[in-house]
Order: sequence, then structure tokens, then C-alpha cells
Amino acid sequence: MTENLALKNIKDDIENNDVVLFMKGNAKFPQCGFSALVAGVLKDFGVEFKDVNVLLDPELRQGIKDFSDWPTIPQLYVKGEFVGGCDIIKEMTESGELQELFEEKLTIKK
Amino acid sequence: MPLERDTLEKLILDAFADAEVIITDLAGDNDHWSAEIISKNFAGKSRIEQHKMVYAALKGKMDGELHALQLRTKDK
Repeated sequence: MTENLALKNIKDDIENNDVVLFMKGNAKFPQCGFSALVAGVLKDFGVEFKDVNVLLDPELRQGIKDFSDWPTIPQLYVKGEFVGGCDIIKEMTESGELQELFEEKLTIKK
Repeated sequence: MPLERDTLEKLILDAFADAEVIITDLAGDNDHWSAEIISKNFAGKSRIEQHKMVYAALKGKMDGELHALQLRTKDK
């Protein structure tokens, strides 16, 4: 039953927040270098986001991996869509694609 | 769980027969790898799809240590 609750919370978070980062630790105190990197990128862009600490709940941690069909953390969602993990975010930052994505989906200009 | 470079390379080549694979040991401990994979199989696919293909190829072989594998995938 708690598995369904974890799934429901995941869906609610993704639906009710423009940008959601499922990470280890939180934005103020990341507990993993990869999570810290993505949180840092979002801060650099000035994007507001909800940080969800998967370390607080094993069912959440597994739940988001099942939900996204993606085996690793961090995971970035923008407007309900899975954008990627750390490697993809890094590449998209370097290529300018992330900037374009934010400009298109949010109202961020840098 | 440590994985030998040769094993990792073989797993990737088994799944992507035409691939150019560049594997880098990031920490010198056989446990933190970076893999750059260039393959025609990635054509027309988003980065997420490309990475999922790699994860699928390694499924079960990395025993939950996939966070220690950095991926760069490219179409040929």
C-alpha cells in the first residue's frame, strides 16, 4: 500500500511543480556529487524548483526509478516530463539545449 | 561492485556491434567509469532513449552500481 502512496506523491509533485529534482539530499545540502551538480545548474539558471530527497524514503527512492524507468538519481522533471539525469543535464547545459528548454517551457531568460 | 574494463567494454559491444567505445576509469578503482559510445543504433533517438539502451544492455551486470557509470552517447 505504501508503494502506491509513494507513486501518488511522485505524480503529485511532478504535476504540481514546474520543475522537480529528485535527488540525494536537498538543494541546500546535497548528499551526492551528481545531485549537487544538477541542483547547481538549476540555481545558475535561476530556475525555481522543488527538491525531493529520495534518501528519506526507500519506497520513494525505488518508486521514482520505476516511475521513470531510469535506474539512477538525480532525475530532473520539467513540466511533467523527464529531462534526464546528471550526464544528460551536463551535456544539455554545454550545448545550450537546457537554456532553450527552460526558455520554452518556463519563462526564464538568462 | 568493481567491474573490469574489458568486461564493461564487451557488454557494450555485445549490445552495440558497430560501436566505438571509449572507456575511462575515473577514479583508478575499477568502480567509477566513464563510457563514450558512438553507434548507428542511436540514430534518431533522444539522449534519454540512448542512455536507456545502454542501461538495458548492462542490466543486472552492474549490480546497482550504475550511478558510477557516466555516459556520453552519440550517433555515428
